[in-house]
Amino acid sequence: MNAEPAIVATGLTRRFGKVTAVDHVDLSIPRAGIYGFLGPNGSGKSTTIRMLCGLLEPSEGTVEVLGHRMPRDAEVLRRQLGYMTQRFSLWDDLTVRENLEFMARVQGLHRAERRQRIGEVAAEYDLETVMDQRAGTMSGGQRQRLALAAATLHRPELLLLDEPTSAVDPQSRRDFWESLFQLVLEGATILVSTHYMDEAERCHRLAILAEGRLVAEGTPRDLMRDIPAAVVEIETPDTAAARAALSGQPWILSIAQLGTRLHALLDRDVPDPAGRVSERLAKAAVAAEVKAVVASLEDVFVAATGFRHSPLAPPQGN
Amino acid sequence: MLERIAAVTVKEVRQLARDRVTFGLIVGIPLMQMLLFGYAINFDVRNLRAAVVDEARTRLSREYVAALEASGVVEFDAPSAGVHELQRRMNSGEISVGVHIPPDFERRVIDRSRTAAQLIVDGSEPMVDNVARGLAAVPLPRRDGRYGTATPVLELRTEYNPERRTAVQIVPALIGVILNMTMMIFTAAAVVRERERGNLELLITTPIRSWELMTGKLLPYVGIGLVQVTLVLTVGSLLFDVPVNGRLADLYLAALLFIAATLTLGLVISTLARTQFQAFQLAFFVMLPSILLSGFMFPFDGMPKPAQWLAQVLPLTHFNELVRGIVLRGAPIGDLGRPALKLVAFLLVALAIATMRFRKRLD
Repeated sequence: MNAEPAIVATGLTRRFGKVTAVDHVDLSIPRAGIYGFLGPNGSGKSTTIRMLCGLLEPSEGTVEVLGHRMPRDAEVLRRQLGYMTQRFSLWDDLTVRENLEFMARVQGLHRAERRQRIGEVAAEYDLETVMDQRAGTMSGGQRQRLALAAATLHRPELLLLDEPTSAVDPQSRRDFWESLFQLVLEGATILVSTHYMDEAERCHRLAILAEGRLVAEGTPRDLMRDIPAAVVEIETPDTAAARAALSGQPWILSIAQLGTRLHALLDRDVPDPAGRVSERLAKAAVAAEVKAVVASLEDVFVAATGFRHSPLAPPQGN
Repeated sequence: MLERIAAVTVKEVRQLARDRVTFGLIVGIPLMQMLLFGYAINFDVRNLRAAVVDEARTRLSREYVAALEASGVVEFDAPSAGVHELQRRMNSGEISVGVHIPPDFERRVIDRSRTAAQLIVDGSEPMVDNVARGLAAVPLPRRDGRYGTATPVLELRTEYNPERRTAVQIVPALIGVILNMTMMIFTAAAVVRERERGNLELLITTPIRSWELMTGKLLPYVGIGLVQVTLVLTVGSLLFDVPVNGRLADLYLAALLFIAATLTLGLVISTLARTQFQAFQLAFFVMLPSILLSGFMFPFDGMPKPAQWLAQVLPLTHFNELVRGIVLRGAPIGDLGRPALKLVAFLLVALAIATMRFRKRLD
């Protein structure tokens, strides 16, 4: 296995007019793993991915993908690259088989190889029963499996997936991720962007983007362990009163509500954070149960963006 | 390389075959235009409503009115009492031609220094003015050597279309108009649609080259264009007896050249338009001057100089010249070097612009 990183980007910047979509991002993405881009809409995830696969030219900075300089060597790299766009980009008025056939021909697979690979991906991604159905009539999950099948037909070394699960139900998302791990086992490097915390947590490594800047990077576990804040959870029947009692305290960095609970990030230097919160609530005569908890990725995200951001996406039902 | 072009062409044909609306338009547009121009739109003006004020009330004046009516161009309503009533009826749109025969009509006829009668014409209708000239040339009925002009002052002879049937002039020119419309709109839409739906974003990341993609996409339309040419010629021959005097091979060669030019123009449009709607608007922006200025509707030589220069940039102008030469005059394409070369020049320039503007990138 090659120990060189799959992607190295230095000072990657892209401006659209006056707007800076990606602002001096440095990346080093290792091979044979799933690397996640986590960030809200408009944080520069798609723009970064598009620069990495040569769709957009960087305004500043350099990109090297699998040892090729982008976008200069984009054409050479195409054969080693699989790309799944945010929107379903295959043809609605073609059948599954016709779509796969077309993509295989465009990728330059020969007749025998083509037949074999189409058979393989159809079996792998559970498309055998819908081969003669038009893509436009299929469910979100089926279309997404088709898109992944099409992106992997030519066995690319690097797969770039731009929010692949945004139009898919939870069960399909789970199956999709199983497929991704299978591809990594076969040696592929996968770069995936998402705004779902549970998906980000499955990645081997993670880059958190906000407003075009890289604000945190590491394995999900390290990120959660090293969060520069203490996390407490407050269970109370009167969340509004608890909130009022706690707000305005300089040592409380952020409060978010989760049903009947409040989730607070505290200054790390506060000794016994749970005790301090209990004390404060008792003084305000708010009944509450307070305990210190382990940070979640969402906490990491809030901390990384300077405690200004509210949670990214609404909690998902899985 | 050929493999990838073939893949794109096969895909495009499959999509076309499933897109019933587009498929219908390929046959529908030529048929509709043929019937419209062949039957409904007629540049031979007939049966204009007219009225006469006959103040002379002589046999000669009545014979003159009868001669006018016999031309078939005008159809006389009830006579009017005076010139004022004539003008009122014209104002209200009841009639579009009025004839005023003064009381001293017979004397005026002999005295050639004065006009014998007055023709009043509604100038707000574009075609009527031409008609007036025709009417003015109607000779006075012969009357045993006494007076009247026995032979028409001017003999009008029409070359190549002796019966002066509109269809004979229109149908060959329709080939160009129809190709211009369908080729440009369909290609522009086909390319822009893929951009709009995000297909292009995916295609750009594959090894296919832009010219392979474009060639593969345009090939089916070349076939469609040739089918349309055949359709127009067949319907023209069956319904309107339009002859093809020149060689068919020459005609198809000219058509192929024109198809290539309009397809490329469609490509240029597709690089300018972001949405299909914009593509249609741009296509119409080119269509309208093409129809008006190319000599399809109005004689080219009668247009002001700037309009003629503008027409030189439109491929339809040159194709019309080619197609009329081949179909009506029976000229071989070799004798039509100038329009053919201009068409080639247009093709090359448009191709250069399209290639320069279409890059395999999103920005």
